[in-house]
Amino acid sequence: MPVLLLITLLVFVLLHAAPGDPASMLLGQENTAADLEQARRRWGLDQPILVQYFKFAAAAATGDLGKSFRFSRPVKEVIAERLPATIELAFFSILIALALAIPLGVWAGARPNSWIDNLGTSFGLFGISMPNFWLGIMLILVCAGSFHILPSGGRSTYGVAGAAQTGFYFLDSLLDRNWPALKDALLHVLLPALALGANMIGILMRVTRSSVLDADTEEYVVTARAKGLGDRAVLWRHVFANALIPIVTVAGLELGTLLSGSIIVETVFAWPGIGSLLITGVTSRDYPLVTGVVIMYTVVFVVINLIIDALYAVIDPRIRY
Amino acid sequence: MPSSILESATDAPVAAREARRVRRLPLKVVAGGIVVAALIIVGVLSPWLAPHDPQHQALEAMLKPPEWLGGSHVLGTDNLGRDILSRIIYGARVSLLVAFAVVLISGAVGILLGAVSGYFGGKVDFAIQKLVEVVWAFPALLLAITILAFFGQGLFNLILALVSQRWIQYCRVVRGQTLSLRDRDFVAATRALGAGSPRVIRRHILPNLLQISLVIGTFSMASAIISEASLSFLGLGVPPGIPSWGTMLADSRSYISTAWWLALFPGLAIFLTVLGINLLGDGVRDLLDPRLKRAMKQ
Repeated sequence: MPVLLLITLLVFVLLHAAPGDPASMLLGQENTAADLEQARRRWGLDQPILVQYFKFAAAAATGDLGKSFRFSRPVKEVIAERLPATIELAFFSILIALALAIPLGVWAGARPNSWIDNLGTSFGLFGISMPNFWLGIMLILVCAGSFHILPSGGRSTYGVAGAAQTGFYFLDSLLDRNWPALKDALLHVLLPALALGANMIGILMRVTRSSVLDADTEEYVVTARAKGLGDRAVLWRHVFANALIPIVTVAGLELGTLLSGSIIVETVFAWPGIGSLLITGVTSRDYPLVTGVVIMYTVVFVVINLIIDALYAVIDPRIRY
Repeated sequence: MPSSILESATDAPVAAREARRVRRLPLKVVAGGIVVAALIIVGVLSPWLAPHDPQHQALEAMLKPPEWLGGSHVLGTDNLGRDILSRIIYGARVSLLVAFAVVLISGAVGILLGAVSGYFGGKVDFAIQKLVEVVWAFPALLLAITILAFFGQGLFNLILALVSQRWIQYCRVVRGQTLSLRDRDFVAATRALGAGSPRVIRRHILPNLLQISLVIGTFSMASAIISEASLSFLGLGVPPGIPSWGTMLADSRSYISTAWWLALFPGLAIFLTVLGINLLGDGVRDLLDPRLKRAMKQ
């Protein structure tokens, strides 16, 4: 909680440290001196800065993030509408990253210096060096442009998706048992999720490999082998289980990178989430919207880190809080 | 005469040993080093290396394909008829400038704050670590976007935005290292001889942190190049007048179905540069960390 307070303070300070009068920034381009004066009074900008901050933080704590200029609606509403799209995209990115990186990393770590290790290591290095927006453009170029096998952007084909219930297209279509819509949602999410997950695949693969390599020489592994357990059982039940802590730690840290990656990948794929919303806010100088989205992102990030901490105790029963 | 024999007798093995040492440098370091050297050379010498003026617009030569597909320019031209190869060569300047500036400034800030935080402890440490915690709570690119959104586009703001979070990595690692160095005998001995804190930090703590900072710096350079390109791609990075790889990619999006070379080559430049720097970082880390090297060999 103190961190969240300090984060709002930092965003607040940035907004106020920016060149130009916050009132004229918040009001937009066209305004008169009288408008500015009125706006200052209305937004409390004529009050001492500390009072302003506490008002801002108190409003933010109740979820009141002001009104967006561009959409002429409360920022909270606009964010709530777009949030499911970003969560859906992040979910599929993590799913793809875990599904590819863990088997590859375990395999590479179990057989150091084999061809599979070399392949996996190069794959990992490529993953971390790949700019995700370029990968996105290349995927659009090849899969949508040349072969026409996948859509190039958006969340669904117009008219296919049913009525929104949760805002998560994947979940909605499952609940409605609307199979064409489900297929459509999956096809739309595949390319952006792959572009967004590429860095995570690279990093997770490297971490999995090295933690498997480390765990492989531990005494409990020698004991397990001495008991006569098969290679596969030793690898998954002993080596992998003990390598999980660093993997989960890094996956948690990488979620932050994933969140910021979503800003740019959503822009490339015209994905209507809060990442592309932030860029819309920035380009239209919609400061309440930008502030709201930034606070939203950081809160999500802090909460994710708390969840990861809680997960440690589940993975490793020796850890108790 | 005898002395020269002696010299050559002692020099020869040294030279041979040196040569072997160079030969034994891991492939990663050599390959990565070549890429970084190439980036520096291309960036510095771009006015002499670029075949055309990167800003010269030739509307009659718009969207021409690369030379091997019948075009007149090596890597083709963009939507305003500008030569793509020349723009990539000039774009290396921006990447080079931003990467070095970001690494040097964030390194200086992070190492200093980390060393001060670890050496003094107490309230100073608490305050610096709180700052670290808050800035760390922002997802990587978000703080940079926020700064650029409020402060506006420009090279200086871009560097400031990228530094805003990158110093933390140095600060955390350096603090940890300083904590362990602080209680070592040579530091106690220096203090006993009457050296003040600034001198101990400058002469005895900082030199011991160089190796680890070098490794962080290399990886930080790679991430700075990607971030610069990402921000320029979003239209928040370098001003439109300066050719940069990220801006070139942003411009390419409208022509993706008709002129693929607009998107392919600048992206490839970013990817290969970052790949090279990451290879170098990996190699340097392996060289400096024997434990890791042993693990790799197993």
